[in-house]
Amino acid sequence: MVQCDSTRFDATFAALADVTRRGVLEQLGRADASITELAAKFRMTLTGMKKHVGVLEHAGLVRTQKIGRVRTCTLGQRRLEHEAEWITQYHRLWTARFDALDAVVAELKSKEIAGGRKKRK
Amino acid sequence: MAAKKESNRTTVEQKSDTEMVVTRTFDAPARIVFEAWTKAELFQQWWVPKSLGMALRSCEMDVRTGGSYRLVFANSMAFFGRYLEVVPNSRLVWTNDESPDGAVTTVTFAEKAGKTLLTLSERYPTKEALDASAGSADGLPESFAQLDAFLAGR
Repeated sequence: MVQCDSTRFDATFAALADVTRRGVLEQLGRADASITELAAKFRMTLTGMKKHVGVLEHAGLVRTQKIGRVRTCTLGQRRLEHEAEWITQYHRLWTARFDALDAVVAELKSKEIAGGRKKRK
Repeated sequence: MAAKKESNRTTVEQKSDTEMVVTRTFDAPARIVFEAWTKAELFQQWWVPKSLGMALRSCEMDVRTGGSYRLVFANSMAFFGRYLEVVPNSRLVWTNDESPDGAVTTVTFAEKAGKTLLTLSERYPTKEALDASAGSADGLPESFAQLDAFLAGR
């Protein structure tokens, strides 16, 4: 069974807690980009974007590579998928259970209504 | 129809390092929803939905404070614990003793205008226990299905 590294797990959630960083991930999901391009896209200073990319990189969600004078960012492998996967599975389990519970509750309710009518004649 | 589905959506939130919270609204008074959680013959109709590909072999529940429960799956895997709190139509708290790091589950039933907002919280003893569960316990349905398939093939 898979056991998460809790420190990285924290880093991932912290990284995802910011709207700009989620935007950066979305953007990198479409195409690799340099920090300069990302800064322009999100109307941010180079320093500000470097900081965001640093957080994402620390969480393993993004990789960067410096080629010449340009630092290119790409999506990190699998990290996001893993966290998203267990939340999705957890959600799927409870949705399945509660959909089934909904059906049981609906049946009990209709029986009660029918029973109530009988009692009242 | 779409609007109804929307309001009855199941939400999942990680509240803290050690707590997961699931909510859902049911279109019935609290006493009816509570009944479905506390009568074994009803509980087993939904706790292990068919879509998960598992089956329960037995379900014993002594729903009162200090009472115990035991669920056994077709593959002999058992889940068991004790009820720490039972407040009719409003609150259930139980332990999950199959693991030393098992969560304490709290379910509250809040009725409003004939509907019931159900909130289920799983509180783990440590952050590590939740993380471990995130990597394993929630994959259980899948592992069960695999184990069942394995056993069936023997």
